[in-house]
Amino acid sequence: MKFVKNIIESVKPHFEEGGKLSKFWVVFDSLETFAFTPGHVTHNGSHIRDGIDLKRTMFTVIVALLPALLFGTWNIGDQYYASIGQDAELIDKVFIGLHKVLPLIVVSYGVGLGIEFLFAGMRNHSINEGFLVSGMLIPLIMPVDVPLWMVAISVSFAVIIGKEVFGGTGMNIVNVALTSRAFLFFAYPKQMSGEIWIHNVGAAKDAGALVDGHTGATALGHLAGTVGKAMDSVEVTGIMSLFAEGGMFSLHNCIIGNIPGSIGETSVIAIAIGALVLIVSGIASWRIMASFLAGGLVMGALFNLMGMNAYMTIDPAHQIVMGGFMFGMVFMATDPVTAASTNTGKYIYGFFAGFFSIMIRVFNPAYPEGVMMAILFMNVMAPLIDHYVIQANINRRLKRLQTT
Amino acid sequence: MTQNIKIRKGVDIKLVGTPAETVSVAKRSKTYAVKPPDFVGLTPKLKVKEGETVQAGSSLFYDKKKESVQYASPVSGKVSAIVRGAKRRILAVIVEADASDTYIDHGALDISKSSSEEILNRILEGGMFPFFRQIPFDVVADPSDSPRSIHISGFDSSPLAGSSCSSLEGRVEDFQNGINALAKIAGEGGVHLGVKPGCNVFGSVTGCTKTEFSGPHPAGNVGVQIHNTMPVNKGEVVWTIGYQDVANIGSLLSSGKYMPTKVVACGGSECANPQHVSALVGAEVQSLTEIPEEASNGDSVRIISGSVLTGEKVEKDGHLGAYHIGLALIPEGNESRFLLSNGWLSLGLDRFSMSKSYLSWLRPKSKEYTLDTNLGGEERAFVVTGEYEKVFPFDIYPVHLLKSILVNDIDAMEKLGIYEVSPEDFALCEYVCTSKVPVQQIVREGLDTLRNELG
Repeated sequence: MKFVKNIIESVKPHFEEGGKLSKFWVVFDSLETFAFTPGHVTHNGSHIRDGIDLKRTMFTVIVALLPALLFGTWNIGDQYYASIGQDAELIDKVFIGLHKVLPLIVVSYGVGLGIEFLFAGMRNHSINEGFLVSGMLIPLIMPVDVPLWMVAISVSFAVIIGKEVFGGTGMNIVNVALTSRAFLFFAYPKQMSGEIWIHNVGAAKDAGALVDGHTGATALGHLAGTVGKAMDSVEVTGIMSLFAEGGMFSLHNCIIGNIPGSIGETSVIAIAIGALVLIVSGIASWRIMASFLAGGLVMGALFNLMGMNAYMTIDPAHQIVMGGFMFGMVFMATDPVTAASTNTGKYIYGFFAGFFSIMIRVFNPAYPEGVMMAILFMNVMAPLIDHYVIQANINRRLKRLQTT
Repeated sequence: MTQNIKIRKGVDIKLVGTPAETVSVAKRSKTYAVKPPDFVGLTPKLKVKEGETVQAGSSLFYDKKKESVQYASPVSGKVSAIVRGAKRRILAVIVEADASDTYIDHGALDISKSSSEEILNRILEGGMFPFFRQIPFDVVADPSDSPRSIHISGFDSSPLAGSSCSSLEGRVEDFQNGINALAKIAGEGGVHLGVKPGCNVFGSVTGCTKTEFSGPHPAGNVGVQIHNTMPVNKGEVVWTIGYQDVANIGSLLSSGKYMPTKVVACGGSECANPQHVSALVGAEVQSLTEIPEEASNGDSVRIISGSVLTGEKVEKDGHLGAYHIGLALIPEGNESRFLLSNGWLSLGLDRFSMSKSYLSWLRPKSKEYTLDTNLGGEERAFVVTGEYEKVFPFDIYPVHLLKSILVNDIDAMEKLGIYEVSPEDFALCEYVCTSKVPVQQIVREGLDTLRNELG
């Protein structure tokens, strides 16, 4: 690799201060350090350092996202062909999937990294790796047929308002990827609740090619339709039958993930593989995941007890495998920058994020995707939780002083 | 009944070049150095000039703020140089050693019949006092304080550490005398010795409270031991001292001579003969072990006086630090690394990491690694949470304490427990940090700020 190194070294002077291209130093530096971990050495303090750095951390998360990405790509095609009642080869389904996913990834990274470079250049600091993960998360929480220009706008909003105004990676209050999704949700409510969850479903419907039962709505979209209606009405029982065994959104299908939904969120199995990678490598907090899960199950069980409408009667285990609950638990709530930072705080934070996820989706049909709202809300609450956890530590120390 | 405390947080970093149990005697070094920067909080005032002859035990300088604290020459000879840095700050007083030492004889002292004042004065004039450090602030202790208690860690748990059994071989009597003396000057809290389970060298020692500490590094850090037995509250002062220095105090009081012997564990992957070496404080590092040729140009081997986690980088002709009982030779990591072969996308079978994102975690726990001085990444903002907590056995929130130091919030520092910590307790935090934050330096700055603020 001496060859590549030599090229880099030979063009380096142009980018250094006084060089012709010194304005692009940030770009050069980030590409150089991307390819070669610099030969920086320790000076004092600890002379040896752990092999891990932020690039490796972020890369591990990307690896953990791959199963969800691959499954989601296939699922786009699978849903498309299922909705028009055609059989198709694996390759055809994957092709349709790539055709939808790749542009999303390109737009997300292109816009996001472009803004990051701009800000890094303005502030004269090197690029932080945070957006490597955000840029991959964003496509995975998008509906299939979302217009690319909307993605571009929402990514810009998320990176600038969600992150850069606070000082960049490590300083943001709320999760960047969720900010972009929330922006889409509130800025374009009409489009976001439209027929964009299965590729081309709107056109198919107009042409009358749609298979019965495929309305293009997600599991949560269907369930939102039950709220405020009598439990034994024809409409509600019709919807609920989709969730029974053999239905489109049966527990089995929700776990496998061959249902409509955001690209990466549908398969519990793919997400669980990612979760395993993150927990074993120690990159994401198992405390948050475990308490998030517990929070969702507790809320689901409480609703079962109340049983006031059809939505509430859904089994807690079924509740948590629908919608973005699992994806949010593994990849969103665990974002270390926006989660609680103390270990005790993580339990509290995770529990309530899971708890509210289910509560919001059941109570408020206008926000079927309660996970997003719940995590964003708990992101804002995280510093408060930490404050009280730390205050308890301070009080413990003061008490010790008084007793001696 | 000895209490046993298990330290659960921390990590043992296994490095190639663990020192063998054998103890050899170092050849006599040509020069010896007493380095004021080793002693945090010291403002030195010289008592000698270049060219002056001194005896072993002669005071070279004293502390302007605590005038009774004398810093003595470990050998007899001629002051060959007074090395100064920026603003004429004194970096080292170099003594060219005679072939054999002549000592200042303070006369023997019967510890059991002497008062605490007599003992303290003898330690002060004999030159052993600077080896006491105090918590809070991790600075040289103040003889006018009366410490709540005195704490000694009886073992070193850091990577490449020496064994206290080897280091104290034949010196248990001196050690006992030292403990007897400390028992006289310690306050109501008494003298506390932290020992490693299964180490018999302290078996016969009496006059102190022994506590066993098991578990990974930093179990051997005195700060960890204090926190888990008798935590330091605001307003309290405790003294700490190395176990070898206790033996040196014992020998000073019984013989009347200043003979600051250190058994130094020499190790590391670049060390040809990793073993224990007995020498005097301030000896040249090259008298302790063979320094590889490549080290002379200074960019392929790092010579560290002290532990790889907390020590100080020294040159080939440098000297051992006053508090150091280790010498490590490890490769420099100044080569850049291509991402696939050994950079951030590699499998990382040779990269030891607390996180399991590199595959090295699949290798047996006993596997020894060759780690170099590469930072392994670039400095970043705090992103990852919870990683310091895994290696920080204190009931303190390390990141929040660091942040309070970074924003210079003295009130928050106090509340978050800065009085209980020293930079060395944060060494593993610095080691594991994903964002490569210079943690120990930040803690040092925080302690200095607070010390200046409190006068």
